[in-house]
Amino acid sequence: MSTRLTTGGRLLNKAKQVTFSFNGKQFTGFEGDTLASALLANDQMMMGRSFKYHRPRGVVASGAEEPNALVNMGQGGKFEPNQRATTTELFDGLTCTSQNHWPSLEFDIGVANNYAARFLPAGFYYKTFMAPAAAWKHVFEPIVRHSAGLGKAPKDRDADRYEHFYAFFDVVVVGGGVAGLMAAKAAGQSGAKVLLMEQTAHWGGRAPVDGGKVDGVKVDDFIDATVAELEAMDNVTLRNRMMGAGVYDHGYILGYERLTDHAPMLDGPRHRLWRIRAKQIVTATGAIERPLSFAGNDIPGVMLASAMRDYIVNFGTSSGDRVVVVANNDDAYRTAFTLKNHGLEVPVILDSRPNGGGALAKAAREQGFRVENGKGIAKIKGGKRVTGVAICAQAGEGAVLEEIACDAVAMSGGWSPVVHLWSHCGGKLIWDEAQAHFRPDPDRAPTSHDGNAFVVTAGSASGPLKLDDVLVDGQKAGEAAAQAAGFAVTSADAPKGDVHDEAPLVPCWMMPQGAGPKLRMKAWLDYQNDVKVSDVRLAAQEGYESVEHTKRYTTLGMATDQGKLSNINGLAVLSDALNQPIPATGTTTFRPPYTPISMGAIAGEARDEVFQPLRRTTIHGWHEANGAFYEPVGHWRRPYCFPQGSESHADAVTREIRQTRDSVGLLDASTLGKIIVKGPDAGKFLNMMYTNMMSTLKPGKCRYGLMCNENGFLMDDGVVARIDEDTFLCHTTTGGAERIHGWMEDWLQCEWWDWQVYTANVTEQYAQIAVVGPNARKVIEKLGGEMDVSKEGLAFMEWKDGTIGDFDARAYRISFSGELSYEIAVPASQGRAFWDALLEAGAEFNIMPYGTEALHVMRAEKGFIMIGDETDGTVIPQDLNMQWAISKKKEDFLGKRAQLRDHMASEDRWKLAGFKTEDGSVIPDGAYIVDHGTNANGQRNTQGRVTSTYYSPTLDRGIAMGLIHGGMKRLGDVVEFNKVDGSTVKAKVVDPVFYDKDGEKQNV
Amino acid sequence: MSEAVSALDGVTFEGFAKVAETGLRGMITVRGDLASKEMMAAVKAATGAVLPAQRKVTSGDTGAVAWMSPDELLVVVDYDAANEAVATLTDALKGSHALVANVSDARAVFRLSGDSSRDVLAKLAPVDFSKDAFAAGDIRRSRIAQVPAAVWGNEDGSFEVICFRSVAQYVFDVLKVSAEVGGEVNHLG
Repeated sequence: MSTRLTTGGRLLNKAKQVTFSFNGKQFTGFEGDTLASALLANDQMMMGRSFKYHRPRGVVASGAEEPNALVNMGQGGKFEPNQRATTTELFDGLTCTSQNHWPSLEFDIGVANNYAARFLPAGFYYKTFMAPAAAWKHVFEPIVRHSAGLGKAPKDRDADRYEHFYAFFDVVVVGGGVAGLMAAKAAGQSGAKVLLMEQTAHWGGRAPVDGGKVDGVKVDDFIDATVAELEAMDNVTLRNRMMGAGVYDHGYILGYERLTDHAPMLDGPRHRLWRIRAKQIVTATGAIERPLSFAGNDIPGVMLASAMRDYIVNFGTSSGDRVVVVANNDDAYRTAFTLKNHGLEVPVILDSRPNGGGALAKAAREQGFRVENGKGIAKIKGGKRVTGVAICAQAGEGAVLEEIACDAVAMSGGWSPVVHLWSHCGGKLIWDEAQAHFRPDPDRAPTSHDGNAFVVTAGSASGPLKLDDVLVDGQKAGEAAAQAAGFAVTSADAPKGDVHDEAPLVPCWMMPQGAGPKLRMKAWLDYQNDVKVSDVRLAAQEGYESVEHTKRYTTLGMATDQGKLSNINGLAVLSDALNQPIPATGTTTFRPPYTPISMGAIAGEARDEVFQPLRRTTIHGWHEANGAFYEPVGHWRRPYCFPQGSESHADAVTREIRQTRDSVGLLDASTLGKIIVKGPDAGKFLNMMYTNMMSTLKPGKCRYGLMCNENGFLMDDGVVARIDEDTFLCHTTTGGAERIHGWMEDWLQCEWWDWQVYTANVTEQYAQIAVVGPNARKVIEKLGGEMDVSKEGLAFMEWKDGTIGDFDARAYRISFSGELSYEIAVPASQGRAFWDALLEAGAEFNIMPYGTEALHVMRAEKGFIMIGDETDGTVIPQDLNMQWAISKKKEDFLGKRAQLRDHMASEDRWKLAGFKTEDGSVIPDGAYIVDHGTNANGQRNTQGRVTSTYYSPTLDRGIAMGLIHGGMKRLGDVVEFNKVDGSTVKAKVVDPVFYDKDGEKQNV
Repeated sequence: MSEAVSALDGVTFEGFAKVAETGLRGMITVRGDLASKEMMAAVKAATGAVLPAQRKVTSGDTGAVAWMSPDELLVVVDYDAANEAVATLTDALKGSHALVANVSDARAVFRLSGDSSRDVLAKLAPVDFSKDAFAAGDIRRSRIAQVPAAVWGNEDGSFEVICFRSVAQYVFDVLKVSAEVGGEVNHLG
């Protein structure tokens, strides 16, 4: 059994006991435990069920590479699936459940898949579920959905908050082991601004577990002293619980800081995503031990040798009383020594190398360990827990020589450098024969904009695994990074670590090397996705020769651990099956993040009120207080209508229109874009931007203009006012203000850079209010002031500066409703006061605001087009019968050439007309005008579509505009629009101006 | 003239740094040839300040001038003095190709103060706010979370954040959430 030891546990605070629950059972642990170590201490070796076969699974590793021990963490708003028990720090009140079990972890029905495993090899889904189609939907999918998957999806809103942090450093070191510490120190001493980040809560990495001395002092003390030195350096920042998640172009690197995962009761953000610009990045990310591929290597109790030693040294937790050690290298002997030193049994050390190990093996024999060279494991005995091992010759096919009872197995297949961050941005790897691993190729580093390398590896991440080499490599990496970042470095000697004489490993990709199909079917490569040696061999046999294809066919390395344990073993098996050297097979692509990061960290602060900016006019507060019903327009929220009491929206719109047409209404038009265009070439420039001739506009006058893109399509419209000889003010649509300003600057900066024109977006400088209706002039005159707003004083399509009441105002006589109308701009900070003054002055006329829907209906009654309704990016002004707005005198304007093309000039284009239903009803939004016959796809032919359709209170009937083949030539025709219910409605083609065709009302 | 009111009526928040809306400020966009004698004279006449270098703010007796782009300045004066400053600048630039526009009402201004202000800003803008990279007299046009903004450093160690008036509430809210106790970064101060 696994249990708490009286010895070991250097990271524990045994004075502080904490309580937690797993699958509803209460357990205790100590402060400093990880969830995995605390579960082990409570003899809870089995921590989950596998993805596909629902096999019992226990913890294998002790860190970020863990594939099995995933839990559903927390409850309600703090629930999060797929959390690794090995990297979850224990806290009082922690609640978690195991994943992928049903009905319970101990007894799982899905394990039936396990017995059917023979029938569920790689590619099973592709082969089996091809036909019949209905069987997939009704039979296979429901079953697969129920049995597959890992954690549950959260159901509640995330209760935590998150944030981003932008930071800038000369050198960023990822990994706080001894190599990272050395690199940070070396870089720091050069004066560079350095960040050192470490994903766990502790400095020093594995060195304290592996032991040894540095410059004659214990490695623990060396680490403490180095950290203290770094802390004393002003130019060095140390951050633990922060993972280097990804390396991107130009020295961009993401740091994922977990602030309160270990203490959820604390205030503040849960995660902070550091978005860092670094001149140089040092990846001191260490190495990960590889499992061995033997039958039953996934049975709970089989663990990585290094992990077993971590649990003892760091957490004072044993994984079993009798542990068989099996390895192809010397390092695993350290686990045997650690086990023995803490009073645990090691019945045998199986060394798969024919000639065995070096100095450590010799020491083991001298200490009385039984060491068997050239031996391996034929298979593990046991189901939910290891009960013994069957020993065989590594060179053979698995004939059992002996069975040994044990309750845990420590395995080691050698070490692979963590090359992920090196590889994210294009760093290349080379195959190191001696250590049988891929390591970074320093000559092919990720390069920055200038072609120079910006990532350097340090310590085990470079390849060296021994303490003395690691220290030297770390120091060198720090110096190289500082130098590359432009700092002068005085090279120093690295501290001297213990020199261990280790015999080389002998690659062992399958145990025994001649294992037959039966054993291969139980030898797991990818624990999390249930991929076995047999699956990879099958993929090779079926022609999936590329490692990327094999990965996708078998799902090797595609789980949440991204194959940290399985990658190298899998491609070695593939290489063997393909009979090619491992470097010829290569690796799959390493992509960020290194381990999954929370969605919250990616979103940062953007949630609730600050999910998105909401733009407010200065009158927004009044709208809010007066029950406005909003519609989003860009980031603004504009009142759609102002319902009174229990009034429906439709009734409110009708009331607002009648009031405006009969007396006077107000519109908050502040959101319309206002761009100043000024300079000697301003007229020439606007002649290019608009289809109209703007240069001939007289100061004091306004002109409605159309803007097209260079492909000829309508993109914006609005009223241009000429302020003086050199200055124009261009109004844009609400959504177009920033876009059109950018569009103007684009042309001015990139194409017509020698034209003398400046622009400024002054949209928000003004509150702009439309006073609309037959009584509009009376309301304004009542306010007083010096501005003459009479018909003669301020004629239609003129503008004027002056005072209205107490307000400095600019009034435009323009009308989008067809009524007598003034759009009045005042400084935004007086906008609300002006609105209030208008409401007061207009009270005797029952003045009331109207919303965007009333605006839309009134303009449709007048046959005015709306950008976004009549236009959709494929409509040219000619389609809308707006030839009158296209200057024929101008040599050029944006869109002119495109509009001359055959298809644009074709008579066959759908063109604008008005429509009146015969029954007076309102045509549905988006309806098409149906035509005879069907097209090649059997769909009904069409000859047009509706673009604007409303109930007109003024005419008390449905009115519509739309595009129809033939356009105004079709006047008088009766056509049919389709309806949602499948029927059609008949409508007559009419003039789109439904109201006051001669414009008498606006011109009074 | 009716009383002018700022976007958020001087709202404040105190977390591990202090956020305060400063009220209305006179701001004038000036575009033109920044190397010309006329521009130098215009800016001097309006504010008493010399022309700022790239990404810098200079100040004079009656106002400050911020570099905004290779052909744009922001002249900052008292709100009530804005129209007069517009007139002074327009007059001084008569005859040269330039644009002078009063944008005082288009903006909101926040002051961020306290020892940890830099950490608050660094949560929201992709700018190096460390002391050696950003000091009093520096300005950056960047963004605050999702909206455009400019930030400059004051002599007393506080910072001014300017944004468009329509998003004043959003900017205040993100500054607030970023300055909330518990979110200290203890990195830049």
